[in-house]
Amino acid sequence: MANQNSSYRLTPEEQQRRRRRSIALGLTLGVLCILLFAITIAKLGPQILNRPL
Amino acid sequence: MNNLSNSLTEPQTQNLNHTGLSQGDVSDFFALLKPRVMFLVVFTALVGMVISHPDVNPVLAFVSLLMIAVGGGASGCLNMWWDADIDAVMTRTRKRPIPAGKIQPGEALAFGLTLTAGSVLILGLASNWLAAGLLAFTIFFYVVIYSMWLKRSTPQNIVIGGAAGALPPVVAQAAVTGHVAWDSIILFAIIFMWTPPHFWALALVKSSDYERAGVPMMPNVAGEDSTRFQILVYTVLLAPLGMVPVLMGFGGLAYAIISLVGGLGMLALAVQVYRLRQGEPAMRVAQQLFGFSILYLFLLFATLLAEHGLGFFHPVMG
Repeated sequence: MANQNSSYRLTPEEQQRRRRRSIALGLTLGVLCILLFAITIAKLGPQILNRPL
Repeated sequence: MNNLSNSLTEPQTQNLNHTGLSQGDVSDFFALLKPRVMFLVVFTALVGMVISHPDVNPVLAFVSLLMIAVGGGASGCLNMWWDADIDAVMTRTRKRPIPAGKIQPGEALAFGLTLTAGSVLILGLASNWLAAGLLAFTIFFYVVIYSMWLKRSTPQNIVIGGAAGALPPVVAQAAVTGHVAWDSIILFAIIFMWTPPHFWALALVKSSDYERAGVPMMPNVAGEDSTRFQILVYTVLLAPLGMVPVLMGFGGLAYAIISLVGGLGMLALAVQVYRLRQGEPAMRVAQQLFGFSILYLFLLFATLLAEHGLGFFHPVMG
């Protein structure tokens, strides 16, 4: 299987699909970061700055 | 899981290239989420939120709605993973990504589980753990209780399994208020009671499909006449239930009119389905009931949304 993997060349269509999947995954992770940031701000609001240091 | 039990460990090689890399496109993964069901989930959940008139940060409400949608998508994905062998023999579903060979069962399983964990966790963080627990229960109920257990074992599959599809308004209300009140339970009951006439009307039209797949839908097990009678019984219960929001005070004048006219329409079609039992007219009226049931539920919820979200509420009671 390892030899087959190293010798197999992706077709242009397969490369395109992989590229689109990678972009979608990256965008999803980006949106996830934004969501978590937004949740934090919405939950804590300005209080996040009002804490003992 | 029948034929699929081996496919996780022994992938169907005709669908793999030599690298073992996924062959699925982004659209195939999106199709795994059952976008049309997701729309229904979002729509009914939004109504569950709006009728609660919550005092909640709109960002948190939006994230909660999004996570309920993702949770609904995860249910659909896991359902497609489990039912790939059935989907492959039914004309309505054979082009889905797994039976079409575009996505491997293991990929769908991983995708569904990841979305399940992510949606429940983020819903818990954004709203509260009651809502997250209800979402987790909804996914569990749809995948394990309905898909894995009931669907292949009893003609009551869609009756009991319908509870999963009816829960989004309850989850949504819990997300924005922290509790579950009667109004969302009434919405749950309406969707729950709507499910049998809706799906059995489809099953009457597609009974040969279900029979070929070995799914014990009511027409294949109890017969078409019994199914027609049960459709009528559920519709007789559904029509007045659809008007309960008016009695409880969260359905206004517009809702009262829509639910009355829509309920009478459902009843008229259910009576027709019961009476016409042979040939093309019987199939046609069953198809009409299936189509009208979608419109009926949509109008009920859209009216509630307009009344509470857009300020069109004119009380009928009190």
